[in-house]
Amino acid sequence: MERIGVFVCHCKLMAYMDTGTVVEAISKKPDVVHAAAYEDLCLAPGLEQVKDTIKNEKLDGVLITSCSPVLHQEVLRQAVTAAGLEAHQMQAVDIRSQNGVKENTERAIEAISSALDKLKASLPPVRTKVPITKKVLVIGGGIAGIRASLDIADGGYEVILVERTHSIGGHMIQYSETFPTLDCPQCIETPLMTDTGQHDNITIYAYSEIEEVTGSIGKFKVKIRRKAAYVDWDKCNGCLMCIEKCPPRVLSEYERYLDMPKRQAHRRAIWVPHAQAVPMRPIIDKDHCLYFTKGKCRVCEQACPSKAIDFTQQESFVEIEVGAIVVASGFDLMPKSAIKEYELDKDILEGIEFERILCPAGPTAGKVIRPSDGREPKTVAFISCCGSRDPEHGVPYCSKVCCMYLVKMALLYMHAVHDGQTFIFYIDIRTTGKGYEEFVQRAVTEDNVLYLRGKVSKIFRDGDKIKVWGADTLTGKRIEMAVDLVVLGMAMLPSEGVKELADKLGIATDEHGFMVELHSKLRPMESSVPGIYLAGCCQGPKDIQDTVAQGGGAASKVLALFAQDEVILEEAAVR
Amino acid sequence: MSLSYYPGCTLKTKAKNAEDSAIAAMAALGIELVELPRWNCCGTVYSFAGDEELHQLAPVRNLIRVKETGGDRVATICSFCYNTLKRANLLVTSNPEKMHTINTFMEEEIDYEGDVEVVHLLEVLRDDIGWETIAEKVQVPLTGLKVAPYYGCTLLRPQEIAIDDVERPTIMHDLLKALGADVVDFPYATECCGSYQIISNPDYVSQRVWDILSSAMRRKADAIVLSCPLCDANLGQTQKELMQTHSEFKGIPILYFTQLLALALGLDPEICRLELNYVDPRPLLESKELLRQ
Repeated sequence: MERIGVFVCHCKLMAYMDTGTVVEAISKKPDVVHAAAYEDLCLAPGLEQVKDTIKNEKLDGVLITSCSPVLHQEVLRQAVTAAGLEAHQMQAVDIRSQNGVKENTERAIEAISSALDKLKASLPPVRTKVPITKKVLVIGGGIAGIRASLDIADGGYEVILVERTHSIGGHMIQYSETFPTLDCPQCIETPLMTDTGQHDNITIYAYSEIEEVTGSIGKFKVKIRRKAAYVDWDKCNGCLMCIEKCPPRVLSEYERYLDMPKRQAHRRAIWVPHAQAVPMRPIIDKDHCLYFTKGKCRVCEQACPSKAIDFTQQESFVEIEVGAIVVASGFDLMPKSAIKEYELDKDILEGIEFERILCPAGPTAGKVIRPSDGREPKTVAFISCCGSRDPEHGVPYCSKVCCMYLVKMALLYMHAVHDGQTFIFYIDIRTTGKGYEEFVQRAVTEDNVLYLRGKVSKIFRDGDKIKVWGADTLTGKRIEMAVDLVVLGMAMLPSEGVKELADKLGIATDEHGFMVELHSKLRPMESSVPGIYLAGCCQGPKDIQDTVAQGGGAASKVLALFAQDEVILEEAAVR
Repeated sequence: MSLSYYPGCTLKTKAKNAEDSAIAAMAALGIELVELPRWNCCGTVYSFAGDEELHQLAPVRNLIRVKETGGDRVATICSFCYNTLKRANLLVTSNPEKMHTINTFMEEEIDYEGDVEVVHLLEVLRDDIGWETIAEKVQVPLTGLKVAPYYGCTLLRPQEIAIDDVERPTIMHDLLKALGADVVDFPYATECCGSYQIISNPDYVSQRVWDILSSAMRRKADAIVLSCPLCDANLGQTQKELMQTHSEFKGIPILYFTQLLALALGLDPEICRLELNYVDPRPLLESKELLRQ
């Protein structure tokens, strides 16, 4: 390069250096034919100046020095290529720093000098055109994955939705009612689940996991492992007669292993998670099936009118090729055993267990009873921040949804048990969503939910009651209360196995295991790998509203990609 | 195998039952407890008074005695002695300046550098012998004896010196299970007994003791098992008064874990000095047929 132009951008953010000195020093460098300071190069008038100067001065190299080019490098690059240069003929260098004027000026000159060397040495990148396979893989069938799948499928593209359990719906379908509008997920999520199941453009692989991912944007190759269900789902018609006859009664993972009186929450060894499952196809739990454990029974086989039971079924693999991937692998809750001050007891519940008890479609049909004795609890204590905002016992971050779901459950409980009493222990009440603060005020003023500000130091059974030791930091007094039931707002964690999944995809996770977005404010749907997008709680704790928004956002990213026929992959050339 | 052993004052006076049963039981397990020569009071109470170096002299001097025997490890039975010695170790290792001051002050002694490991006998049982080996050596399983392990605070606090999980310890549970007992978990197992408040504030202690005992009894415990002579004194001595204030309360025996260990290993019950316990445990143990000769 023999005609290099250096454009020193300065706005208010650059007031901490002497741009005149920088320009003067740089203009003396060999091959620099143009060096000048400009204001706001990232805006349209600035970009026009760059284009004009390239043409007028017949530049063959451009160096733009500014604040961090992470976000506006693309705009600068477009301006340079519009003026007839190749992308590699431009370098952008970050000269913004926060020291004294003298140091900044010297540091800027050094940085620009090195960047000049780099610019002169740059070669045209190796470009490959990759035709885009216009199919998308969505990992996770919770509400984020469902939203993303439907939006992309409605856009006319084929979606392969992989779900680890044997029904889509995720955590949302387990909830009683959802804040702040109190609509039940069994009413509002099931239409989406059914739509996903029926959609011509969506193929669901339930009870399946991602085995291997290779390739890159436009052309990923994915191997899906379909776990052995011991039921031929193609033959099965979903009549569920097999389940009626199955003898074993087992604690259900869908009911969070709730051990209710009269085994209300138990499932059979062949089972579907709930009455609205999509797909409505059962699996056999090998660990509890009498045929697998004792070699006899086969009652389900006799009951099945479609001859779908297949005890010899093996896991199988499906290989697909997709142009983009949406990760919506969701969250898990910190187990209550992590808080050792709180005793493990049947009447000390995790929030989601109480959701099941409150849920009209739950094991008690919404009748509020205690797991220990089936009695209606008359006093319930809710404990916020169990593991969240607590580096000592759990995680430093706020799980964002606990304040709202605890007060929601307190309100639902008050609606179900009119002579009941609720206490919510809290550190701060965080209600930042639309209609959230009003919801809390309603619970306090209309439903007599009582808030106590303080942490709870110990919870244990004392005869028929559960003792709660805490503090009311507003009055400075110790609190000891005996209640019938305790509900813990456990911290949200990334779903189990997130690290392995991230490794297979080659995308970054943070110190807690949440997947890292490309930019925390401006590119929240993009992972660190082009063509792989993020939706929902795999990226960080969030409520249903935000999860759905991000699911739709990820879908729009995929649709924008699929609007093109090919992507150009650039690889730096090596001399 | 022999192990340097620091008894402390109480084990030589009020808690002979803890010491005698421990020495005999450990011998039966193949470990000879060798009493530290020229030991002095561990320095309890005073050593907790702020972080003044002067108050650390007593525990540090004891640790120097261990070094003089050529040893680098010392075991305690009394939880309070364990706490005092271990905290002195923690202080000197985390604060070289204070270690220097202490060494300079005690110029007649060899220098101490935090190089003696302080262990509690429960840790020796867990880490040096192991629950499985102990279970194999049990001659008289404590079948049907419902015992509630009581840890108090000195084995577990501060966190840096805890012999087990601070909030949910299991070390004594595990020992008692290995001995064949029915272990009763109760929520007051790690609550403080009131400690030295017994002198200045006895009513407060008797309230705490009642909370602890009644909680264990509501969980159907026949006896409480512990390792601290001060807890033993508070939990045992206060019972007479509690029987007067709570007419339904008939008393509950408090035993050292070492006594049950010796009994389960089939040693002569005489060695357990059960007559020294504040509440006589013999009727209970006889009813479970555990006092075979």
